[in-house]
Amino acid sequence: MGPFETVAKGKKKAMRSIILSTAARFLMPMILLFSAFLLLRGHNLPGGGFVGGLIAAAAFGLYLLAFDVQETRRLLRIDPRTLVGLGLLVVLGSGLTGWFKGKPFLTALWGRYRLTGFLHIEIGTPLIFDAGIYLVVLGSAMTMLLALAEED
Amino acid sequence: MEILMALVVGGLYGTGVYLLLRPTPVKVIIGLAILTNAVNLLIFTAARLTRGHPPIVEETLGRPSYPIADPVPQALVLTAIVIAFGVLAFTLVLFRRAAETTEADNLDEMRTTDT
Amino acid sequence: MISLPALPILIPFGTASLCLISLKRPRLQRLAAVLGAVAHLICALALLTATCRQGYLVLQAGDWPAPFGISLVADLFSSLMITLAAITGTAITFYALAGIDSGRESFGFYPFLHLLLMGVCGCFLAGDLFNLYVWFEVMLMASFILLALGGERGQLEGGVKYVILNLVASAFFLTALGILYGLVGTLNMADIARHLQTAEQSGLVSALAMLFLVAFGIKAALFPLFSWLPASYHTPPVAVSAVFAGLLTKVGVYALVRAFTLLFIRDISFTHELILVLAAMTMLTGVLGAVCQDGFRRILSFHIISQVGYMIMGLGIFTPLALAGTVFYIVHHIIVKTNLFLVSGVAHKLRSTEDLNRLGGFLSTAPFLSILFLIPALSLAGLPPLSGFWAKFFLIWASFEEKRYLIGALGLLVGALTLISMTKIWLKAFWGTVPAAHPERHAHQKKLPPGKTALFYLPMISLALLTLTIGLWPGLLFELAQQAASQLLDPNRYIQAVLGVTL
Repeated sequence: MGPFETVAKGKKKAMRSIILSTAARFLMPMILLFSAFLLLRGHNLPGGGFVGGLIAAAAFGLYLLAFDVQETRRLLRIDPRTLVGLGLLVVLGSGLTGWFKGKPFLTALWGRYRLTGFLHIEIGTPLIFDAGIYLVVLGSAMTMLLALAEED
Repeated sequence: MEILMALVVGGLYGTGVYLLLRPTPVKVIIGLAILTNAVNLLIFTAARLTRGHPPIVEETLGRPSYPIADPVPQALVLTAIVIAFGVLAFTLVLFRRAAETTEADNLDEMRTTDT
Repeated sequence: MISLPALPILIPFGTASLCLISLKRPRLQRLAAVLGAVAHLICALALLTATCRQGYLVLQAGDWPAPFGISLVADLFSSLMITLAAITGTAITFYALAGIDSGRESFGFYPFLHLLLMGVCGCFLAGDLFNLYVWFEVMLMASFILLALGGERGQLEGGVKYVILNLVASAFFLTALGILYGLVGTLNMADIARHLQTAEQSGLVSALAMLFLVAFGIKAALFPLFSWLPASYHTPPVAVSAVFAGLLTKVGVYALVRAFTLLFIRDISFTHELILVLAAMTMLTGVLGAVCQDGFRRILSFHIISQVGYMIMGLGIFTPLALAGTVFYIVHHIIVKTNLFLVSGVAHKLRSTEDLNRLGGFLSTAPFLSILFLIPALSLAGLPPLSGFWAKFFLIWASFEEKRYLIGALGLLVGALTLISMTKIWLKAFWGTVPAAHPERHAHQKKLPPGKTALFYLPMISLALLTLTIGLWPGLLFELAQQAASQLLDPNRYIQAVLGVTL
């Protein structure tokens, strides 16, 4: 393992480039915004919680490459495993709402709400479900990435 | 087309099984990956190869007026890919840990728990 | 309660997510795990009473009609299995409070235990083969992690074999699934059964039956496919291997029973005869494999294999009595086998070894533990008046009724050989004196962690009482098993319940 270790260490030093860290700072909000966009358009068009979550994880992964594990953990604020748990609970809740209305488990419910004037928004439990998936995917991907990064 | 696919599927199965029987962990993992891909291709072929539109029908029409692709095998394959990806990632980590702990790059040497 | 069949899946799911959130607060996590397990048990019992009353409970998830959506189907057999899964899950959760070290706890033992229970219950409820596959994978993923959790050398080596062979089984399952879908164009089990009853290509159907037999046979540890089981089951902590021993192979058996009572029933003279041969070989190899072992859990692991043989034997004979015997046997086996593993865990905690040659004298140092071993051990060997006696009695009676004397005699012989193995454990570990080589010879033995003795013994006592109850009053369970068998033997009622149509 000896030679590998030194190579990895040397590499890590080299990775801390100003270009990457500056670019990461600028890119992160945009990637996160894109992931939210994918999450929201997901039900009838390509996109959804899974892809959105992966892209959000990619954003944090970029940050992880540019900075280090502690910084990324600080940015996430929540332990990724907690994120997984939260996401699972959200998924469970979205399935249960149909049940409370007397329908079988997982039945989708849709509601049409007026925002202002003639602007309407249609929101349903599938969106909540997708949001849960988003959290689960982000959480589990980050758990793996952080575990791999910490091991080196 | 079906015959070509059948040959490809058969070749992949053969490769996958051969690699699975090797003693090197890396080859075994590659074998598993090839095997899962072979299975996915088989599902795809067995469920008929049709060229069609996505199975999304306009609300006003009620039924499609053009040939549509069967979404079930696609969903099946997609799920199988995701599951196989997760499981393979786990297997990779497990094999690495096992190789580190036993200090052996050979599955034949991991026998202390055998009976 | 329109969604009652979903609850045995949802409760472990919710429990696992709550445990994940409270991963850093051990007390909260344990509380969530225990409450979730108890709630799971309660709702499993509710499901069992509901199916007793109504026969079938079907939930079309998301309100999608039957062959298109996800159906969850609970008949008497599946709700019995779910009840047993919940009993095992609760027992293990309590045991784990005392038996699992804090390292494994903080790495997610409880979440994965409940995810495992979710996968197991999902398998029992799945109304279509695709969902069965997904639940299998959920269960496997959780079991992989539980098996490797802690990362000791034995665990990793056993885990490698376990993972590879189970992945191959999944590949077989998916292959069969793909070809079956190409043949009948549906994945809903009731719908497949309806199509297969009228399908013409009987050669392809038989080939499919064999593919499913191999796929489920690996998971159930049938005769030539069992090698992963004795290589891995004795490596993880006892709480983990007890839940594996109780539930995992039984999911394979459940899938076999489901497939060969609902889907592949047209060519019985071929498929079920083959199952009978496999059953005989499985019983014999399992019990003979145990003879030359010296580890407590290694012996028990081999006995799982021989017991699976008995269960499959009932399926092979394929009469109402034989299937009732199979159901009875599964119930008996899950309770007894989990209990035996738990006993081996306490023995390990007391002397820090599992090698029978280095154990000894528990009868004088821990007499209560000896009694707790004796009850399930004698039950496993089939001595009256314990549950194992009745389970074997019904199966062998069924085989003699069908004039299959050979398999019946083999069942008796294997029972006797089981008794030899159990006697061996008894003689070496419980009787005799504490071995001289043992450092704590005079100080008797290590003490269990203070304040946790009750947690160790409570699950074992409850399971032992359950065995005794079944043994002394087998009528009620036998009645249930017979009803479950009559449901299994009448696929049209299943089809009717799921699809709402008759043939």
